[in-house]
Amino acid sequence: MLIAIVLILAIAIILVLIIAGIYNGLVGARNQVKNAWAQIDVQLKRRHDLIPNLTETVRGYMQHERGTLEAVTNARTMAIKAADSGVAAQARAEGELSQALGRLFAVAENYPDLKASQNFLALQEELTSTENKISFSRQFYNDSVLQYNNKTQMFPSNIIASMGGFKAGEFFEVTDTVEREAPKVSFS
Amino acid sequence: MWEQIRDNQTRSVILVTALGIMLILVGSFLGQTLLGDWSIGLLLALLIWVVMTLVGYFQGDSILLSLSNARKIGPGDMPRIYNVVEEMKIASGLEKMPDIYIVDDPAMNAFATGRDKSRASLAVTSGLLQKLSRDELQGVVGHEMAHIRNRDVLLMAMCSVLLGTIVIIAWYGSRVLFFGGGTRRSSSGGGSAQIIILLVAIALMIFAPIMAQFIYLAISRKREYLADASSALYTRYPEGLASALEKIAASTEQLKSANNATAPMYILNPFRKSGRVAEDLSSTHPPISERIRILRAMAGNVSLAGYEVAYNQAHKGGGGIIPRSSLVSGDVAAQHDEVSAAVTPAEKERAREASDVLWKMHKYREITCNCGLKFKIPPDFHSNSFTCPRCNTTHSL
Repeated sequence: MLIAIVLILAIAIILVLIIAGIYNGLVGARNQVKNAWAQIDVQLKRRHDLIPNLTETVRGYMQHERGTLEAVTNARTMAIKAADSGVAAQARAEGELSQALGRLFAVAENYPDLKASQNFLALQEELTSTENKISFSRQFYNDSVLQYNNKTQMFPSNIIASMGGFKAGEFFEVTDTVEREAPKVSFS
Repeated sequence: MWEQIRDNQTRSVILVTALGIMLILVGSFLGQTLLGDWSIGLLLALLIWVVMTLVGYFQGDSILLSLSNARKIGPGDMPRIYNVVEEMKIASGLEKMPDIYIVDDPAMNAFATGRDKSRASLAVTSGLLQKLSRDELQGVVGHEMAHIRNRDVLLMAMCSVLLGTIVIIAWYGSRVLFFGGGTRRSSSGGGSAQIIILLVAIALMIFAPIMAQFIYLAISRKREYLADASSALYTRYPEGLASALEKIAASTEQLKSANNATAPMYILNPFRKSGRVAEDLSSTHPPISERIRILRAMAGNVSLAGYEVAYNQAHKGGGGIIPRSSLVSGDVAAQHDEVSAAVTPAEKERAREASDVLWKMHKYREITCNCGLKFKIPPDFHSNSFTCPRCNTTHSL
């Protein structure tokens, strides 16, 4: 009799420990997703802050490229507006901003004076790096979401996930195709 | 996704234990032959090890950095390297930005140090900054970041302390044994058992350092492959690291401030005959040509699984670099940003950029004259003003 009680107690304790472990794992994964999202946000804000400086610097040199400059300014405004309207909408707006910036830097190649300006070079370095940081934080965010979603869908953690209200995370998808192309590697 | 870190840790614990057993064997046999007591030798060996480990744990990174004459830089000193490190910090998911150091040396190399992820440092030589493009630099920094992320740096430091202890004890032991320890044998009067112990001690003295070296290599080589694989995953562009390795291998400069203990910390073995090309002479690191070949064979799939496949191709099977548990997630496509490649300044400008940072680190003041000439004023310059030799403008300090 006593043995049976001890046995049942032991099994109960082990079960509780396992459930607690799975639950904590889920919370950890969800926090990592949140954290990774905050990282993207920091970099997106940084880009929004840098763009007025860039357009100010470039304006004097590029009299004939009013359209390209306006496209960048407009895309920035749209991206800031989209910040509160969900992951998918924000991803789209930020993707358009990336493209507008890419066009601006491509056009800048035709202006040797601009390319010699220290101010422009420093801004270009900062913006390019911010662009990289955005895509790296997005990369890490998507990895974290994948890891978290796997946990919410796989047995046995899916049972605890559905009881504890853990919803699957949303991926930050890239919309433009250029970024997804594999690089050409030469073996010469 | 990060299971490979844990798996690797178990494997490393086994190897470190093997090194520890080696130390215990050497210590106790030496104690028996020289002092006639197992325990004293064992205790002495352990004491030396504990002291060295404590020093290594608490002061290892600062000792290493000061040994290599590394100087710390801030975000404003050189935005390019700072940004590249921050990019890789984000890609690897590290929480804290590591400190960045520059070593004033024309040789191309880099290393990471620090006892844990929140206290890590990363050092690159000025030669590396001059000669590598942004993509290549990213690959190298990604490799070092992987060492920090996978907790390699502490493990390698602890291993080199163990290895160093074994080598030191065996070295001193053999001197005493061959040139002065002979008298003790007759007094204890043991007979054949005594002779066997003596033979084992001699054998240990000769083979322990070699065996320890092999164990050490087994640990460090695996870690290099794993760091290469992680770097490709972080950057999504294995060609960057591959071409950086190619450039580093082709250079003939030798690092001035490296020694045996610090060698495995670097991205490339700093020891090679000066004037000779690095080729496959390295021992703490896998052959560089092979690392390049594997990275290039990854082509489209830059995940850890892709690296494993490429590794198996290069080795005709074998494998086991990446633990199976982390191979499950699917293919990861390579991506490369053309703008990023375009933003790298030409090599001449990079050289100037790097030397400017070095001047600044040595507390030289920079003054630009209206005519475009740049002056670097040494810190011990006493006069209050100087005249520009081109346009005769007088600058006051």
